[in-house]
Amino acid sequence: MASIDKGLMTGFNSTHHLSSNGQGSDLQTIKEEQLQYITFTIGREEYGVDIMVVREIKAWSETTHLPNTPEFMRGVLNLRGLIVPIFDLRCRFSMGLTEATKMHVVIIVQVGKRLVGILVDTVSDIISVGKSAIQEIPRMDRNIDDEYLSGLVTIEERMVALLDVELLFNEKAIETGVAFGETAVALK
Amino acid sequence: MPQDFDLDQFKTTYFEECQELLDSAEEHLGELQSNFADVDVEVLHAIFRCVHSIKGGAGAFNFTELVNFSHVFETLLDRLRDGHISLNQDMTETLLQATDVLSNLVQCAKDQKAVDLNDWQDIIKKLEAFTNAQDEVSNETLLDIETIEQPKEVYNKTAEEEEEQGWGLFIDDVNEEPLSTIEDVICDETRPCYKILFVPEIHLLRFANEPLLLVRELKSLGDCIVQVGTDRMPSLKEMKSDEAYLSWTFILHTDRSLQDIEEVFEFVVDDCELAITQIIDDAEVHPEKNIKKKKTAKKEKTAKKEKTSKAVKIQDTTKDDVASITAEPKPTTPDQVTHSKKPDKENTDQAASAGTLTKVSSIRVDLDRVDKLVNMVGELVITQAMLKQQSEDLANDAGHIMAQGFEDLSGYTRELQESVMAIRMQPVKSVFARMPRLVRELSSKLNKKIDLITAGEMTEVDKTVIEQLMDPLTHMIRNSVDHGIETEEERFQSGKPERAQIHLNAEHRSGRIQIEIIDDGKGIDRERVLQKAIEKGIIPEKHDLLDEEIDNLIFAPGFSTADIVTDVSGRGVGMDVVKRNILNLGGRISVFSKPGHGTRFLMSLPLTLAVLDGMIIQCGVEKYIIPLTSVMETINPIKEELNTMVNGSVVVSVRGEYIRLVHLHRLFNVKGAVDNPSNGLVVITETERYGLVGILVDELLGQQQVVIKSLEENYDPISGISAATILGNGKVGLILDVDGLAEMEHGGDRNRLGNLKQQVLMTGEQAHGIDR
Amino acid sequence: MGLRVLAVDDSKTMRDMVGFTLRNAGHDVLEAGDGQDALEKLGDDCVDLIITDVNMPRMDGIQLIKELRANVTHKTTPILVLTTESDSSKKNEGRAAGATGWIVKPFSPEKLLQVVAKVCP
Repeated sequence: MASIDKGLMTGFNSTHHLSSNGQGSDLQTIKEEQLQYITFTIGREEYGVDIMVVREIKAWSETTHLPNTPEFMRGVLNLRGLIVPIFDLRCRFSMGLTEATKMHVVIIVQVGKRLVGILVDTVSDIISVGKSAIQEIPRMDRNIDDEYLSGLVTIEERMVALLDVELLFNEKAIETGVAFGETAVALK
Repeated sequence: MPQDFDLDQFKTTYFEECQELLDSAEEHLGELQSNFADVDVEVLHAIFRCVHSIKGGAGAFNFTELVNFSHVFETLLDRLRDGHISLNQDMTETLLQATDVLSNLVQCAKDQKAVDLNDWQDIIKKLEAFTNAQDEVSNETLLDIETIEQPKEVYNKTAEEEEEQGWGLFIDDVNEEPLSTIEDVICDETRPCYKILFVPEIHLLRFANEPLLLVRELKSLGDCIVQVGTDRMPSLKEMKSDEAYLSWTFILHTDRSLQDIEEVFEFVVDDCELAITQIIDDAEVHPEKNIKKKKTAKKEKTAKKEKTSKAVKIQDTTKDDVASITAEPKPTTPDQVTHSKKPDKENTDQAASAGTLTKVSSIRVDLDRVDKLVNMVGELVITQAMLKQQSEDLANDAGHIMAQGFEDLSGYTRELQESVMAIRMQPVKSVFARMPRLVRELSSKLNKKIDLITAGEMTEVDKTVIEQLMDPLTHMIRNSVDHGIETEEERFQSGKPERAQIHLNAEHRSGRIQIEIIDDGKGIDRERVLQKAIEKGIIPEKHDLLDEEIDNLIFAPGFSTADIVTDVSGRGVGMDVVKRNILNLGGRISVFSKPGHGTRFLMSLPLTLAVLDGMIIQCGVEKYIIPLTSVMETINPIKEELNTMVNGSVVVSVRGEYIRLVHLHRLFNVKGAVDNPSNGLVVITETERYGLVGILVDELLGQQQVVIKSLEENYDPISGISAATILGNGKVGLILDVDGLAEMEHGGDRNRLGNLKQQVLMTGEQAHGIDR
Repeated sequence: MGLRVLAVDDSKTMRDMVGFTLRNAGHDVLEAGDGQDALEKLGDDCVDLIITDVNMPRMDGIQLIKELRANVTHKTTPILVLTTESDSSKKNEGRAAGATGWIVKPFSPEKLLQVVAKVCP
């Protein structure tokens, strides 16, 4: 288990600074609010999540499956005594079930009062972006539900989709995950 | 400089403390009640302190009504403990009622509800009446006790009112121009000028009142010029280090008020000569006039013999040259009636002996910390069990040698666990203690005379269980009082004693705690119960229920025989909710009734909610844990014992009884599980609504004690799962909710189980957010 | 600058409030639940200031003050007694026993610090 550590990511420069005009003028970078994201990959897609909500990053380990839960709900993990649910993001985005191995990564995030884990392929980097560098989501043919994205940003010509965990795991969504379990058997 | 002092942070502590104090007061009053002819004055002191402390805190938070009421209450208690008046039955009753009112007021303060003391005027009047009664010791009528309206103002003014004259001053600036005499001072400043003469009593230093501090304080008010008087200085030989010989005269220029100057000397005013005069015309400085001795008649003079002879009178205001402005002495309150107050020493001795009864050393610990400790020890137990297992797997010498070590470790760990669990164990007393008051209030509302007799209140149970006990107990007692106990008239008719009795007992039995509530009322009206049950469709008209089964119908959902929803119980919150709550705790409840004689509720609960003994079972690729308390037996059914019913459910015959099977693997969609009961095992468990059910499992893996962990902390409830735990291998284990499973199984009756799979797939899709 | 203060009161709420106020102001606070406890906790050490309630079990405030003054270690330590306005006789008793000053309950934190500054260098 690794906690957030800027030195953790090897092979990449630690931060990328962007400003609205992309010219990296110092004045603008200083004035503008910089937001930091941890980026990760699922297949060939790259995503980012607000560093402020990330609590921990660890390698995948076998979860205990919870009965009657959606497929993307991989089960629960023991996180130093705390029971944390793990969601398969690939599956969540309808891209199939992840064949998780020890090489896969689980990012533990804080959503409201809860801790939730998301299963991803790899974690890449920590990026720092100016608020104005974040673009709105265009209507594109993507497999992700737009509702969960807070924006898009371009890093070195790659596109990173910024996830809003609050939206992804809003109370309703988690509840729905369970309610379905209940519906499955309420049958009245 | 003004810091933001938020007193709100102390409210929690305060309310906790209030609860303890109220409980303590009630307990003491109970003692008094049973023995008021021979009252232990220490008990009175203790009760006084309880109310006094509540008042103190209430004042800090400005809970005005609470302050006012406690004040009246406290005043009576004060007179009682001083021996001015003595206790009698009526008074004790009133004191008890006053405690109830106090409790209500505290609760209102806690809930931030508005309160009108007029609601309790009758109690207040009673308290005042007792307080103002003839003083038995000296036959004098007592000082007028402040009525309820007064204290409000007093509280607002008090701190300021307390300001009396003080003293202070000093030369600290050496560079100041020395003056030949104080009379040479010319007050040409625009600021008012005061002359302050300060002559401390010789013993002043024994009060640790440091003159230097007073001087500095005076100096902080303005500009000061000082002259020191050394006429009292003895020779070096005779000088004592703790005696004050110096005196001072100051000329102070200040814009501050006379009151501010007096405030400097507020603590020492009784132990010095002090004169503060305002100098209006510099030509009219008369240093020697108006020397006063400030004294109040309040003071008890035992130690200060020399003072008693001196004049008490102040102030000669006819001098017109000098406008003497000195504070009026506070209006003296009449001397306290000298009564035979026990000398302090005796009090302490008594206190010491009484004290040995109650003082048990203890510390307060945050419940969170205890919970953490419990968890850690739980992990420890698991880890050591794991290691032990691994060492046993090493079938070699090293393994054997370690085995002994692990045996020892195992023993210690178990002991540690027991000790830690014991930390959270508390006597049920804290819950029982609330019941007498409840009974008092209810019985007075309903005009019934009821005595509550408790036993076994020191029986211990985990704190988590105690918290959960409150509601069910309250409900059952309400039920007894409201429905069980007859009216005085009815009791008279049936020749029963006037005062009804409710017994509340607790004891440990077979590793659980058993609580009984027995009343000598009229018992359960079986006819009415049957009627209602048939009406509500709970049982068919043609039934063959035993008496005991009829009685237990009161626990059926939605059941309530009250035609009128009384204020006391009813409201549709019936015994079914009570039963549900008890079951959720892993407990059991039943009722026994004898018409005309009374009703007995019997409740059994596990000693702790944090840990449970579980049976680990294998179901396909998954393992689950069944709480051992629910398990009745395990059987290996043969084909002949199994029958499939019309609705698709399967039952197994056990000693002539048919028990419904719960297909765990189907309900949970587990792969690879045994589907044919005769190839697996059936764990027969007891549920609430569905009686006995048999859970089909692959095999039994073992038994172990597990630490219960919440699933709901980070996720939501799952049907059929009650909680989680951490297994020896570090993985999460799921604890089954047998009642939930039974419900799921029965729910499947209405639809073919095949639909189950479909639904799960559907939900899977929906969950992907494809709501288009 | 921080003083060593002993706060004696059988009410935890009171102790908490007094302790908090004083600690916030940079002082070190020792707490005791009654007079007996206070003496035990003090032992032979001296403190810079003692603040005590009057009504306490085992040993009340007045007795405590007497005991303290009889002990050469605490003879000259400033002692403040907490009283309620309706209990002025206690104030005098406190003084007679040797108290340096008093504070009337309920008091504001500001007042507490003010009086502490008054009696302590």
